[in-house]
Amino acid sequence: MAIWFARSRNIVSSLRHNLNLSGILSKRDYSPRPAFTNSQLSSRSVFLDSITSLRHESTAVEKQHDLVQQSDEEDVQELDFPGGKLGYTSEMKFIPESSPKRVPCYRVLDEDGRIISDSDFIPVSEQLAVRMYEQMATLQVMDHIFYEAQRQGRISFFITTVGEEAVNIASAAALSPDDVVLPQYREPGVLLWRGFTLQEFANQCFGNKADHGKGRQMPVHYGSNRYNYFTVSSPIATQLPQAAGVGYSLKMEKKNACAVTFIGDGGTSEGDFHAGLNFAAVMEAPVVFICRNNGWAISTHISEQFRSDGIVVKGQAYGIRSIRVDGNDALAVYSAVRSAREMAVTEQRPVLIEAMTYRVGHHSTSDDSTKYRAADEIQYWKMSRNPVNRFKKWVEDNGWWSEEDESKLRSNARKQLLQAIQASEKWDKPPLTELFSDVYDVKTKNLEEQELGLRELVEKQPQDYPPGFHI
Amino acid sequence: MAARIHGGAGAGAATALSTFNPKKLVAPSRTNLPAARSSKRCIVAAAGSDASKSLRVGHSQKLIANAAVATKAETSATTGTGHELLLFEALQEGLEEEMDRDPHVCVMGEDVGHYGGSYKVTKGLADKFGDLRVLDTPICENAFTGMGIGAAMTGLRPVIEGMNMGFLLLAFNQISNNCGMLHYTSGGQFTIPVVIRGPGGVGRQLGAEHSQRLESYFQSIPGIQMVACSTPYNAKGLMKAAIRSENPVILFEHVLLYNLKEKIPDEEYICNLEEAEMVRPGEHITILTYSRMRYHVMQAAKTLVNKGYDPEVIDIRSLKPFDLYTIGNSVKKTHRVLIVEECMRTGGIGASLTAAINENFHDYLDAPVMCLSSQDVPTPYAGTLEEWTVVQPAQIVTAVEQLCQ
Repeated sequence: MAIWFARSRNIVSSLRHNLNLSGILSKRDYSPRPAFTNSQLSSRSVFLDSITSLRHESTAVEKQHDLVQQSDEEDVQELDFPGGKLGYTSEMKFIPESSPKRVPCYRVLDEDGRIISDSDFIPVSEQLAVRMYEQMATLQVMDHIFYEAQRQGRISFFITTVGEEAVNIASAAALSPDDVVLPQYREPGVLLWRGFTLQEFANQCFGNKADHGKGRQMPVHYGSNRYNYFTVSSPIATQLPQAAGVGYSLKMEKKNACAVTFIGDGGTSEGDFHAGLNFAAVMEAPVVFICRNNGWAISTHISEQFRSDGIVVKGQAYGIRSIRVDGNDALAVYSAVRSAREMAVTEQRPVLIEAMTYRVGHHSTSDDSTKYRAADEIQYWKMSRNPVNRFKKWVEDNGWWSEEDESKLRSNARKQLLQAIQASEKWDKPPLTELFSDVYDVKTKNLEEQELGLRELVEKQPQDYPPGFHI
Repeated sequence: MAARIHGGAGAGAATALSTFNPKKLVAPSRTNLPAARSSKRCIVAAAGSDASKSLRVGHSQKLIANAAVATKAETSATTGTGHELLLFEALQEGLEEEMDRDPHVCVMGEDVGHYGGSYKVTKGLADKFGDLRVLDTPICENAFTGMGIGAAMTGLRPVIEGMNMGFLLLAFNQISNNCGMLHYTSGGQFTIPVVIRGPGGVGRQLGAEHSQRLESYFQSIPGIQMVACSTPYNAKGLMKAAIRSENPVILFEHVLLYNLKEKIPDEEYICNLEEAEMVRPGEHITILTYSRMRYHVMQAAKTLVNKGYDPEVIDIRSLKPFDLYTIGNSVKKTHRVLIVEECMRTGGIGASLTAAINENFHDYLDAPVMCLSSQDVPTPYAGTLEEWTVVQPAQIVTAVEQLCQ
């Protein structure tokens, strides 16, 4: 690769015309005609070496019309490389590490819940809007009550979605039920939207025998094949390459559906993020990647997570169409996800959405975020930038929702949840056989033996095993 | 090195083929595969109305039925059908048949498409099935393994190729946390019927990173099955069985065995994933081995026979779970066990097998279980050094003589 140390355009252009330097970069021989003396190039030794070596080769001059195109207006000629043609410039210019202006985010509703004039968005009917609001409010109640239940010691662990209700519900509302969702762990709203009942959520958190996961996973690791929601797996970002695989599968079977996968800002540092995006792009797989940029990865602020302008700029690096959205604006999220979904399915391509939001709650019940961030920062986002309140204002302004509806919804949700929790708590945990089933489709000999051994042990000494330990 | 087959699954399959009817057969074994059940140590009544019994072939039938499989004694198949091919071609044949049979089967990995795979196992498949179904992926093992898992959870049956098994260490998280676990953690809601395959083992001066024995690292992962092929016959049979299995299966091939030649049946057959293969019945000592070491053992066996010993050689084939039934019956007969493996001493398959045998068959042993493994060193490049890390036939002979004193 020749290095250009052009100090003046004159030398450069004379080089270009006379030496056909593009030829250096291809493998052809040609006879260069020196247009300048050694002394002019004395300071450009590297460059000189490559030139002088060619000066002594003599072959017929080739007409390189197909290789070199000279445009009229600019000094731009094109080169052939694996990967296609590209122009070249003699101006040594580094692409800056950041743009002077950050990528703006797409927003439809202002903070007061009013539609910004001339907004581009997909209209939402009253029925849909009311349902979206109801689910956002229900999600809030669910978060609150389960969090309290954990604090009371009734469940061991919980992760809330406080502050991210719009991303959860509005994105779910924009998808079709056939779209396969691969969550990280902060998207139970998608499952809620699709029909998972509060009782089913409670069962998973308590790990009782009615849990679809059969008590095998920690709380909030929901999964439902019925609702096309892949079981949550704790390690971060592992679902992204899997999403590429789901997209591949849907593409192979020509289904009218896409894969939708979620990741946080922290998760984009994982290798799987880069690989997953790259693969989806190369496979031309219908995948919608939704990154919830909520500012914090446990205690790591985004300034310590990456140095790029967020995640949206990374899409282009992989050849993926991307958009940055105000994640606390339910209408914007709805429109963006809906459009992205259509693009993914009809054009068979991945799309990246960066939803800007804020994690109001702690990372999980094992975290106390006041230890690493200001309490008033949290308060500010909770009160003034609340996505649920913002959407509520819009729904109310349309006359679709009243305070009466509000109190009825919240008290109903609360009642249902408390009942669900009480019921879940009482129900038995899964029996001993469920320890050994589903490891394989059919138990192997060693598992059968191990089960027998455990069963015998428990039968011999039932007093050593906790009450509710069922065989 | 000629593949020498003695009965075992080979014979069982050959006999069963005449009555092979996938729809009727329900294997009584732990899986729901209609597999050719290998020989049991008892003479089973002739096939009755119970179709599954027709699969069980007693020992007495194995050599007669071994018509389609070339043994050392026969140089040409006078008893008719069968075709000769190399091990990598057998793998390819098995894969192609399964892809023909089920449109959900697909292949993904690096250079598996038009290049045909670095060991040519997927040669010609991209031309036949298209380059979406035989997919060339970018270089990221964790990603394409994860991709295969996601595709499997959505209904496809991917065969994921690691260009070298050692590279799959980069996919460890997907294999352990997701592939092995998601069926369990989802409460049985999602199945992951993937096959992960590739060449492993010590080759010829490939250096440490290309000479890994991944079966050591993977054997603890709950939820996966591991099998190792060693002959063209069992390579094809295991490939087909692995693809049909609902569990994730890791199929270990060996870099140096791809050019083994053998005659295999023309008729369709599959091998049971959980069964060991009886290579050479004997009375004095049980030698357990798998993959390439099988050939070192058989070479040692020749010397041993000349010296008057009668070793029983079993190719364990199923690395997870172990076929303790076949192994146990052998131990009960011979009372002496020698394990010959390529894994390192610490934490290898041999270590686990030694523990399993000691635990289960302690009373039947006349001598401690001996295990010949590679040393706990990275495989060196220099030819002489590399040779010293792999168990050689001479060591096997010495070990047997020691055990049989």
